[in-house]
Amino acid sequence: MTDASSLPLYPHRHLLGIRDLSPADIELLLDRADRAVAISRQSEKKTSTLRGRTQINLFYEASTRTQSSFELAGKRLGADVMNMSVASSSVKKGETLIDTAMTLNAMRPDILIIRHQSAGAAALLAQKVGCSVVNAGDGAHEHPTQALLDALTIRRAKGPLSKLIVAICGDILHSRVARSNIMLLNALGAQVRVVAPSTLLPSGIEKMGVIVSRSMAEGLKGADVVMMLRLQRERMEGAFVPSVREYFRYFGLDAEKLKAAKEGALVMHPGPMNRGVEIASEIADGPQSVIQEQVEMGVAVRMAVMEALLDPRRNEGRSA
Amino acid sequence: MSTTVFERARIVDPSRGIDEVGTVIVEGRKIVAAGKAALNQGVPAGATVVDCAGKAVIPGLIDARVFIGEPGGEHRETIASASVAAAAGGVTSIVMMPDTDPVIDNVALVEFVLRTARDTAIVNIFPAAAITKGLAGREMTEFGLLREAGAVAFTDGRHTISSALVMRRALTYARDFGGVIAHETQDGDLASAGVMNEGLYASWLGLAGIPREAESIPLERDLALARLTRGAYHAAKISTEMAAQAVTRAKADQANVTAGVAIHNLSLNENDVGEYRTFFRLTPPLRAEEDRLAMIEAVKDGTIDIIVSSHDPQDVDTKRLPFADAAAGAIGLETLLGAALRLYHNGDLPLLRLIETLSTAPAKLFGLPGGSLKPGAPADLAVVDLDEPWIVSESGIRSRSKNTCFEGARLQGKVLQTLVAGRTVFSA
Repeated sequence: MTDASSLPLYPHRHLLGIRDLSPADIELLLDRADRAVAISRQSEKKTSTLRGRTQINLFYEASTRTQSSFELAGKRLGADVMNMSVASSSVKKGETLIDTAMTLNAMRPDILIIRHQSAGAAALLAQKVGCSVVNAGDGAHEHPTQALLDALTIRRAKGPLSKLIVAICGDILHSRVARSNIMLLNALGAQVRVVAPSTLLPSGIEKMGVIVSRSMAEGLKGADVVMMLRLQRERMEGAFVPSVREYFRYFGLDAEKLKAAKEGALVMHPGPMNRGVEIASEIADGPQSVIQEQVEMGVAVRMAVMEALLDPRRNEGRSA
Repeated sequence: MSTTVFERARIVDPSRGIDEVGTVIVEGRKIVAAGKAALNQGVPAGATVVDCAGKAVIPGLIDARVFIGEPGGEHRETIASASVAAAAGGVTSIVMMPDTDPVIDNVALVEFVLRTARDTAIVNIFPAAAITKGLAGREMTEFGLLREAGAVAFTDGRHTISSALVMRRALTYARDFGGVIAHETQDGDLASAGVMNEGLYASWLGLAGIPREAESIPLERDLALARLTRGAYHAAKISTEMAAQAVTRAKADQANVTAGVAIHNLSLNENDVGEYRTFFRLTPPLRAEEDRLAMIEAVKDGTIDIIVSSHDPQDVDTKRLPFADAAAGAIGLETLLGAALRLYHNGDLPLLRLIETLSTAPAKLFGLPGGSLKPGAPADLAVVDLDEPWIVSESGIRSRSKNTCFEGARLQGKVLQTLVAGRTVFSA
């Protein structure tokens, strides 16, 4: 970016999960992202930090938002971006993840962005390739750039996270967004609450550094941030909740339930939203919603992450 | 007839409750003497004498749960390659699971296994036949004819029979032919998409969990049916305290019930999964440390009768995948004794009890020869240095598949020589 040499060197080669990051690592990425926001808001959005570098997006799960966000981030940094569309590739013909990884690796990319339906897929890929790997979501495990963009959105609106109460509501069980957020928010000292019916809570949730609540009124009380999760119906093995109607009645965010939160509390959603299932339209489009900001911060965070991972000072250090 | 004398050995023979220094004399295919008394018998002329000072002689292990790829999956393991691995691990007899392709559910397949074993294997191979045709859980196989052909037990291998009616009839019918019904229990509905033990660790990894109840609910059903039918039932691989308690209760009710545990569930726990290590994806899954300790207690108090390797060869294609997509199973023939001896070395189990669960008890349970060093018994035995440390390395593995949970593990206790029917089939 303009001048990144004043920033500390980011110590990791991959971004596989929030678990691997220290609070300082997280703050560093957020600081970098703040600068990326400024660039994205200029009319000249293109920089040359990653000029000549190759970025491959390998998405095993359909994703409009995340894939285009990574693509745009790469392009704004000047990288050559290639999207591997899994639907029309050899993966459909039964090629394994590792074989695909080896093939792509032979094309000598500098960074691989992977989304996969299986937990641990990004880590497996990272073991087999010579470039940096960014986890863009692996099963129900982690989605680190989502947690970072959420943190950036919150920090820019509310200041340091350490004094804030954040309520994460909905399908915690299947959510990689929830896991990454729980870790990140705890690392930065926020108080984390989760609100969900018990069938959508993972085993051992009470030991995950959160306060568990089964009612929105209780869980949202005094919260600075309300984070809604998508009710991932396509992932459900069985009926975790009896009906959409009942779910919305007890766990969908509407104006009435939002009143329990602090005045001016942020309403967030990682998207894509099911309007009328987990969130009422009036709230999603209302004054407290920062859902559009989250999308903007997404591009900035991904720029920051890729720039940090491919910091040219790292190579200088190596050759010296 | 050749004679071999093993002198000054620590003789561990659970069939007679013996753990003493003495001499073992093998003549031809049989043991003619083993014990303190044999010390003074002198050495017959022309005998080979092996000085076993500081070493132990144990009856060869009888591994009652071994999956082999022949027929149908010879790239993973053949009967011959499994037998070589077994011999190196001090295992002299294998009960082979029917999960082959085609399934061992008819007389021709039992005969194929026995014939192939006779021609290619260096240890004893005893086929177990399927309880239901094609392991599909519906129609019973021909228990009578299969027994006559040489099937030593009935099991649906990795599969759990979901129908209580089928299980009831199998237990009832098998009783007439003296066949034990050995069953792994995991309720498919409750386990659902689960791939590891349910709990905090699985939750952080984002992996679907298998609750303990998935094992104990069908097990409780089976135990109730064993009480009802008075059939011989073997809970093949239990992994949880609640399952052990269920077995204890059934035994107290005089039901004809026994239980086994895989060595993995005695030596490892869910934390060993680490960062999605697929070699540690097993069925039943590695459980919490409390469960592991409960399994040791259950072996100690006799609730669990036998320890098995549950040797399950998987190749690279089925293991080099994301955790949830990888096949379950790990090999174990070569490490069974070494891993089990950890329980002896750290004081969890006395040696005599340990060897009993690995040899004498499975012989008795499935009506197999071996498991004993008493005079007249087949000379199936292993000479072991109980204290010698060694490190498991992939390159040293004889099995055709390398999916071991003990890669790099430090084990104490090494097999020096293995005899099957008096013939040396392995020597270090």
